[in-house]
Amino acid sequence: MTRGGRIFALQLAALALAVLLLPLLVGNPYHLNVLNVMALMVIVVTGLNLLIGFAGHISLGHAAFFGLGAYVSAILSATYGLNPWLALLAAAAAVALLALVIGLPTLRLAGNYLVMATLGGNLIFTTVVLQMDQLTGGPSGFSGIPPLSLFGRAIVDDQSFYWLVWAAALLGLVVARNLAQSRVGRGLRALKDAPAAAAALGVDVARYKTGVFVISALYAGLAGSLHAHYFGIIAPKSFDIFVSVELVTMCLVGGMGSLWGGFLGAAFLTPLPQVLHVFEEYKDIFYGGVLLALLIYQPHGLAGLWARLRARRPLESA
Amino acid sequence: MSGAEQLSQFLISGLTTGAVYALVALGFCLIYNTTHIVNFAQGDFLSLGGLLLYSLLAGAGLALPLAFALTVLGTALVGAALERLALRQARSREVTVLIFITVAASVLLRGVFKEIWGKQALAVPSFSPETPLRLLGATFTPQNLWVVGITLAAIAGLGWFFNRTLTGKAMRAVAINPRAAALMGIDVERMLLYSFALAGGLGGVAGMLITPITTASYAVGVIIGLKGFAAAVLGGYGSFVGAVAGGLGLGLLESLGAGLLSSAYKDVIAFVVLLLVLFLRPQGLLGRGEAARV
Repeated sequence: MTRGGRIFALQLAALALAVLLLPLLVGNPYHLNVLNVMALMVIVVTGLNLLIGFAGHISLGHAAFFGLGAYVSAILSATYGLNPWLALLAAAAAVALLALVIGLPTLRLAGNYLVMATLGGNLIFTTVVLQMDQLTGGPSGFSGIPPLSLFGRAIVDDQSFYWLVWAAALLGLVVARNLAQSRVGRGLRALKDAPAAAAALGVDVARYKTGVFVISALYAGLAGSLHAHYFGIIAPKSFDIFVSVELVTMCLVGGMGSLWGGFLGAAFLTPLPQVLHVFEEYKDIFYGGVLLALLIYQPHGLAGLWARLRARRPLESA
Repeated sequence: MSGAEQLSQFLISGLTTGAVYALVALGFCLIYNTTHIVNFAQGDFLSLGGLLLYSLLAGAGLALPLAFALTVLGTALVGAALERLALRQARSREVTVLIFITVAASVLLRGVFKEIWGKQALAVPSFSPETPLRLLGATFTPQNLWVVGITLAAIAGLGWFFNRTLTGKAMRAVAINPRAAALMGIDVERMLLYSFALAGGLGGVAGMLITPITTASYAVGVIIGLKGFAAAVLGGYGSFVGAVAGGLGLGLLESLGAGLLSSAYKDVIAFVVLLLVLFLRPQGLLGRGEAARV
């Protein structure tokens, strides 16, 4: 195992230990619920960070992938009586397909067309969900979604969902790490630093980028399915463009492209609105202001700050 | 109403919204040409234009021409502030970071607008009394004429500025090659500032024109801004002629689509067009292959 691999394994083990011990300290079901939402965000942000870090593209439509996963899972399991696990798989397939439709035309192009295409995709998603109210429940939302079950036991309470969702989040981190170390990951890193050189060495730029975008969307879609089966009710407001902005904020606060940065951002920002109740009113000013200041003065986020403190020298722009 | 009458009705409303999309698209192009970034706050300049006009007319009771001029000045200042206070200060020169600075500024501006003007829709009075006019069986208001007329005037003004004035020519030089322009003694930073101020002013004009029709609110510019972007892509991103053609084309397409197919999905049309154009002809309908493939 490489040195980097050992460090990652240690970090992961520390996190797994914290996940195991935390329920002993947290008795309050409300706090457990916050931790569960945090894990869902960790999954989405880890996926988004793969895209930002390796493809150098930003998606402002990840809330729509999260939402599509939630709605497909909800409709198939509640309206059509499909087994929730199968519904989750079908939702993942739908999300991958949507990501392909958006990614294929836009990721062939130099420039940041993906940002606008995903933003537009998110707006279309919200419009369609609101308009197709017979299927989706429209603005009032969709309720009565059956829970997932494992070994004959329904995962309805906060505690059992806690194990499931944190296991998924840890797995997501491992998969992301492996992807980063794989041939595709190395190709993509080369691509971000020197696109022409990478292409000359046989990195199929457009295909790799599209692949990472689809994987990144899959993370969001799976988290969306888990979200739907956990809460049993979903509404369009949880999946609009403002949520997409929050997700990107989490990535950037943590440190874009850094695996643990995404985790830090999600862990740091998810509990904030729950803690500060006055927060709702000033949400835009807060998110906009924090994001602006970070991007100007600390473009590599919390992870960059950490790296700089450790190295005790200015971090070169990576 | 006969088919021909309906058609001319759709054409007039399409040209009106299309003119506004063209103004927004021009703002996108201005900033893209000098900095190579997409300015996500372009739509917020539009919101600000409508909101400022509302306050100056209804709140301060100013006459329309004065309120119009002050609003252009105000949005141009906000545009300049975005460049001077945010983008210029950035520690990183990565395009991704710079684009996201404009996204953050857009979120922040929306939050500030919401604090100042609230969430409700505000009725901005039309520029002249709303006596309906008729042309070829279509009914429209003088505001439609104002929109198209002022847009044409703004385009003509831009054409004069970029072709006939020294500052305009200097800005074009910076867009073509900033280093060479700097070597010729052009103050590149100043030209960047001007392009943001100009884009802000254009956004403000677009907002003042459209809000008497749509009402003003803190978020009215989000969707219109995105459609302006789609229009810019449609015409070939960065091309001024393309931006105008793309804006008018998208406006017409949307109005015809909403009238003939479904009005519920009106907002979807622009983005389907955007994806189709990116897929089939990424350099835009009039572009010369600027959107290079990777």
